[in-house]
Amino acid sequence: MSGLSWRMAGLRLAAALRPLGNSLLAALLGLAVGALIMFALGYDAWAAYHALFIGAFSGMRQFAGSLSNASPLIFTALTFAICFRAGKFNIGAEGQLFMGAMAAIAASLFYLPAGLHLVMALLFGAAGGVMWALVPAMLRAFRGVHEVISTIMFNWIGTFLAYYVTANLLVSPVRGEMTIRVAETSRFPLLMRGTELSYAIFVALGFAVLVWLILWRTVIGYEVRAAGANPNAGRYAGVAEWKMVLTVFVLGGVSAGLAGATEVMGRPPLYALDTGLSIVRGFGFDGIGVAMIGHNHPLGIILAAVFYGGLQSGARMMQMMAGVPFQIVRVVQGVIIIALALPELVRVFRVLRGRFGFLFHRRAG
Amino acid sequence: MELFFRLLAIALHAKTPITLTAAGEVIGESSGLFNIGLEGIMLLSAFTGAVAANAAGPLAGLAAGMGTGFTVGLLFGLINTYGKGDQMITGVGINLFALGFVAFGLHMLGAPGFHTVSRASQLPAVRTPIGSYSPIVFVALVVPFLVHFLLNRTRLGLKIKAVGENPEAADVAGIRVELVRLLSTAVGASLAGLAGAFMSVSWMGSVTRDISAGRGFIALATVVFSGLRPMLVLLGGFLFGFFDALATWLTIVPVLRDILPWQFVSMLPYIMTLLVVAGVIGRSRFPKGLGVPYRRE
Repeated sequence: MSGLSWRMAGLRLAAALRPLGNSLLAALLGLAVGALIMFALGYDAWAAYHALFIGAFSGMRQFAGSLSNASPLIFTALTFAICFRAGKFNIGAEGQLFMGAMAAIAASLFYLPAGLHLVMALLFGAAGGVMWALVPAMLRAFRGVHEVISTIMFNWIGTFLAYYVTANLLVSPVRGEMTIRVAETSRFPLLMRGTELSYAIFVALGFAVLVWLILWRTVIGYEVRAAGANPNAGRYAGVAEWKMVLTVFVLGGVSAGLAGATEVMGRPPLYALDTGLSIVRGFGFDGIGVAMIGHNHPLGIILAAVFYGGLQSGARMMQMMAGVPFQIVRVVQGVIIIALALPELVRVFRVLRGRFGFLFHRRAG
Repeated sequence: MELFFRLLAIALHAKTPITLTAAGEVIGESSGLFNIGLEGIMLLSAFTGAVAANAAGPLAGLAAGMGTGFTVGLLFGLINTYGKGDQMITGVGINLFALGFVAFGLHMLGAPGFHTVSRASQLPAVRTPIGSYSPIVFVALVVPFLVHFLLNRTRLGLKIKAVGENPEAADVAGIRVELVRLLSTAVGASLAGLAGAFMSVSWMGSVTRDISAGRGFIALATVVFSGLRPMLVLLGGFLFGFFDALATWLTIVPVLRDILPWQFVSMLPYIMTLLVVAGVIGRSRFPKGLGVPYRRE
């Protein structure tokens, strides 16, 4: 290989790694702000992060816990990312996932053999998510209603609908604060005994691969990304806006619906929803953060989801061992997202360091 | 009749945070910045307002709320003017940060999910023949007029609209695009801060994790409804405040309370917001530069 092609390969590698560097830097910034807050309040930040790491990644069991948290986040992050790639800002995963969870529970009202029942519950879940994504999609496509407003309104409407359905239609005859439990024939078996990790994680990973194939290996995926990158280009290429909006929202709805479905079908010990929805609440919004840290790419999303899931399962250990309220990780997550809004975070640091180093040569543009 | 006055009082209180926030956002959006972090700003200032009110009285609480709004607005503005950041992502980040920070703060204060503002630290209500009202309710009736005056009758207002409509031309004309945008969005956000502090220090007398309950987004919808005309913000605020109040009211009216499930009643403000926005959207016109970072070529 000539020197030039080595250099080209190097540049391409650097370009591919830049998002990773951006995310790492943002994560460090978030953790630093978290440490500052802990320090200001008199906590031992080092002990807190140490406990967090132990709780999240120190062994197979802990890692399994983090993975089980990552699983729904992969789905909800894909919901956001698919739409973001098309230039649409769908923050409705939260409501869509409630619908998916309820639909999957409703599938337990039927009797079917094992296997088949599980597939049916997944389909129900996907349909539930799509149902809740469809109205905002149509409002966007045909009425021009901004999707941020419509999806948020649908989250609230969905939350109250879920309060009603879980407390009245699907309520357990024995425990009033629970829905009926998902039938054993449609539950995901556990992947590791004594943990909450079930085979549902493979559905999440498989769906991430599927999304990658659709977005990067099909014509419609190419059109979606082209229109998202430059709306005018999309229009000139003859891609009908409404078709694209419906496509990405339906795909996103499937993903969010599956997030809810797999949570109730694969999360021990409940296999049900509580009437306050506490076991699925927040996954939709966390998915937005995961998608951004993962730069809206399926592979990045998987890595970011494990990071986020780890923060969540480590936070409990942190509260136990270092006494820091676990909500601090949400503060950290917020700072990470705000930092990621800066497109040139890496460059800001590089400029600062460029004053000293000849190690980093800046290229034009 | 008494029930009707109660409905009116609830409606006027319910419209206050929405009108204030929306009026502020009209200033911000006129300058070209689209802030979906309003929900988080309201939540944060409801919290800081409650804490400051308990420590130093209701006026300190309102000031703390406005200060919080201004500070977060300034951060949002810095990232999205000089930093050329992504406004949507910043807004989402602010909302997530607020959720975490307030949950964390409430935990630190030892309360399980809520923090009460003591009676003495709440803003005293004004008694009128038609019920008692928070003074901020009247402030919220005046603010849209002030915003209207600012945007349409002053040189500064002209500058704000210029940087929103055509930042290149404004830049050539010698207007400092970034600075005008930064200050517009920060002032706008401080009104959202006042709205948040109003909720905890005056209206509800306590702060919970979900005190903002989508009101920041309803305010955004109101801005869309208004097409950036402050007087229509007043009207839109009334509309959404009314349905918010109707939902609360229906849960206290004796007979209706028993036949209507509260869950469906609670959906009302959100459903109506969507219907109104879907109904009027075609007529609204927004600045060309809205949502796009300005880069000098």
